[in-house]
Amino acid sequence: MIKIGTAQLWVQDQDEALAFYKDKVGFEVRSDVTLPEMGDFRWLTVGPAAQPDIAIVLMAIPGPPVMDDETAGQVRSLMSKGFAGTIFLTTDDVRSDFEELKGRGVEFVDEPQEQPYGIDSSFRDPSGNHIRLTQVREFAGV
Amino acid sequence: MLFVAPERHLLRAKDLADGRYFDSLTVDDLARAAGLSRAHFSREFRRVFGESPHAYLLGRRLERAAALLRQTDRPITEICFAVGLKSLGSFTTSFTRFFGLSPTAYRRSYPPAAAYALVPSCVLSAYARPTQHVSRRHAGDAAVASPPTVQSNEEGS
Repeated sequence: MIKIGTAQLWVQDQDEALAFYKDKVGFEVRSDVTLPEMGDFRWLTVGPAAQPDIAIVLMAIPGPPVMDDETAGQVRSLMSKGFAGTIFLTTDDVRSDFEELKGRGVEFVDEPQEQPYGIDSSFRDPSGNHIRLTQVREFAGV
Repeated sequence: MLFVAPERHLLRAKDLADGRYFDSLTVDDLARAAGLSRAHFSREFRRVFGESPHAYLLGRRLERAAALLRQTDRPITEICFAVGLKSLGSFTTSFTRFFGLSPTAYRRSYPPAAAYALVPSCVLSAYARPTQHVSRRHAGDAAVASPPTVQSNEEGS
């Protein structure tokens, strides 16, 4: 049986991303391990308390030899333009979460709005990654 | 100090267009969000995102209008204002240029909204109205009205 364990997200700065996802979004830190034998590679994962078996790895953009400077610059640029990926979060009370996250200084793009599929909102992380936060409509089965 | 890519500031302007297209936003507002002068902003936005900020904002408004045409039975004039456009004439012209069909013809080319509406359109128009997105300068006054007073706010449209 295949399950999703960890999905990857590029970030501009791991400390900044950690503070954002932990203190503003309210995620748990699952692992924060720096490996000196791998050029101080830092494996940093966070995830929602309600889903202990799923995590997001907040990955720093590496330099050479892992990634050449030109490619790293392209990834950085894509991320800053908001095209390096999206995470779709769901919640059972988007309006309450919106107020809470906004109160902590989260930069919302879309405030909660009714959509055919539920109430949807979105925000950016400090790197420019697009995060959607949706209260999915429960269909009545009609 | 953290490095911030210049594109990140432009993204803020693009997000403003995507998030508040229903307000009376202008390219000047977008330039301000990016912290750039208007001329420099327009050049940079086009370089990074491939179209002018004016075209991007208009495209977003028309995209939202198209969704409302497909998904609701709200009158076209109301949709025009709901997406932040001020003139029905230029809305019709721009819509036709972008979609190749007039708003009326576009709506007719899809199944009637009622066929798959999950809630009655009177409820949609009351609750989907962006009362939480009222511009800051109006926040706190009568603009953040409860649904029953919505109709009276729209008498002018």
